[in-house]
Amino acid sequence: MFELLGIAPQALFGQLLVGLINGAFYAMLSLGLAVIFGMLNVINFTHGAQYMLGAFAGWLMLIWLDIPFWVALVASPIVVGLFGVILERLILKRLYHLDHLYGFLMTFGLALVIEGLFQKQWGSSGQPYPNPIPGGTNLGFMFLPTYRAFVVLAALVICLATWFAIERTRLGGYLRAATENPTLVRAFGINVPRLITLTYGLGVGLAALAGVLAAPIYQVSPLMGQNLVLIVFAVVVIGGMGSIMGSIVTGFGLGLIEGLTKVFYPQASSTVIFVIMAIVLMIRPQGLFGQR
Amino acid sequence: MADPLLKVAGLQAWYGESHILHGVDFEIGKGELVTLLGRNGAGKTTSLKSIMGIVEKRSGSIRFDGAEIVVRTSDAVARAGIAYCPEERGIFSSLNVEENLLLPPVVRPGGMSVEEIYMLFPNLRERRRSQGTKLSGGEQQMLAIGRILRTGATLLLLDEPTEGLAPVIVQRIGEAIRQLKSRGFTILLVEQNFHFAATVADRHYVVEDGRVVDMIGAAEVQTNLGKLQNYLGV
Repeated sequence: MFELLGIAPQALFGQLLVGLINGAFYAMLSLGLAVIFGMLNVINFTHGAQYMLGAFAGWLMLIWLDIPFWVALVASPIVVGLFGVILERLILKRLYHLDHLYGFLMTFGLALVIEGLFQKQWGSSGQPYPNPIPGGTNLGFMFLPTYRAFVVLAALVICLATWFAIERTRLGGYLRAATENPTLVRAFGINVPRLITLTYGLGVGLAALAGVLAAPIYQVSPLMGQNLVLIVFAVVVIGGMGSIMGSIVTGFGLGLIEGLTKVFYPQASSTVIFVIMAIVLMIRPQGLFGQR
Repeated sequence: MADPLLKVAGLQAWYGESHILHGVDFEIGKGELVTLLGRNGAGKTTSLKSIMGIVEKRSGSIRFDGAEIVVRTSDAVARAGIAYCPEERGIFSSLNVEENLLLPPVVRPGGMSVEEIYMLFPNLRERRRSQGTKLSGGEQQMLAIGRILRTGATLLLLDEPTEGLAPVIVQRIGEAIRQLKSRGFTILLVEQNFHFAATVADRHYVVEDGRVVDMIGAAEVQTNLGKLQNYLGV
């Protein structure tokens, strides 16, 4: 069948794997964006820069302090998440009562500043990060690098854990309720402003975690989040703003579709997601999993 | 009254530029059930929201359990032991019935157990896995009242719990409110439905144009019916 279509199975499965890995990052990042938007009403355009910060924090920990990957995987999201907390307390909280546009412009500006500063210090070219799990398995129809398999699995675990935390725990219940009616949740005795800060910190930490995971696959560079954040926004729009499971499914799904497009019609591979976004917006403006 | 649980004095409140409350004064003793009666737009709901700290701009004095709370944010008011059941009920659609019930955190000991709440409102037990907003209006009202009973709050602010409900449901809500009173809850009830209010309350305050203009005890209601009808425009 593959020969009929003129496509080697290695190419097909190779691209599917690439799609799955890209999808894993789309899912992790759009998840954070969706959670932040639901709670803060802010479209966090700094998300890509925060993903980059996560990768850089991991890389700097390695070259400056000799901190291994597995430690950085925990430490970097904490550091970058705390940076997010400071950002929210100092800047974002002043924007909640304004139109979405202000939050969008502020976070967009912040992303440019952060990326600019890193570019000035480290240049635009990427820094390699050594693969923490070298080697792989020959599956017959393709070669599967162990680290990439790990990333897909880790992303799945992270996404499902986030989903569980939001949909099945008490803190997640506060979060869902506060997304609907923050005034009433506060009148029940819950410190909603602190909950908002915490949510932003966790969302940013999630972006940073994706960044550390990405470091050994893509190069660590100041602009690594710039293209990604555009795609991730499309993913969030397609999945539906504020839908957790929607973000996960759409993230992985679109990664795969993008991979398949690379095999069958490579010219369209960089635009296919935006074409899908346009179609979804026309047919179902609230997104595939969105309500209302 | 020697030592009221809640004493509101000279309470003023604003929504943006509009001045809604012009000096509201009333008090509630421990274990009392007191209503705020009045026409639409008189300032009853705003009074409740001001006590709860939901209206940001307010002045005057609200003393609860001896402490001044007019300066506190709403989460701090809740933790002091006041619980609020809003007019629109505020059931969360992304939470099921039990999650709605368990949402408000316990702020002090002495609240009712979930089991006791289910005994009070058996419908809620049957529907505890349903999405909160899939309940009927009456059941949503039961849920909105039920979920503030767990927290250990001693003062309940109920905003029009009978609004839009069938008479048989109104009766059941009335029974529940009487049970809560007999359990020792202090209740401040905002009502448009005077006939309902008269069956449960110890005293009635009449609110007009952002002020309390009269106070009528339960025993004096019959002799003051004409005056009340005039106040309420019924």
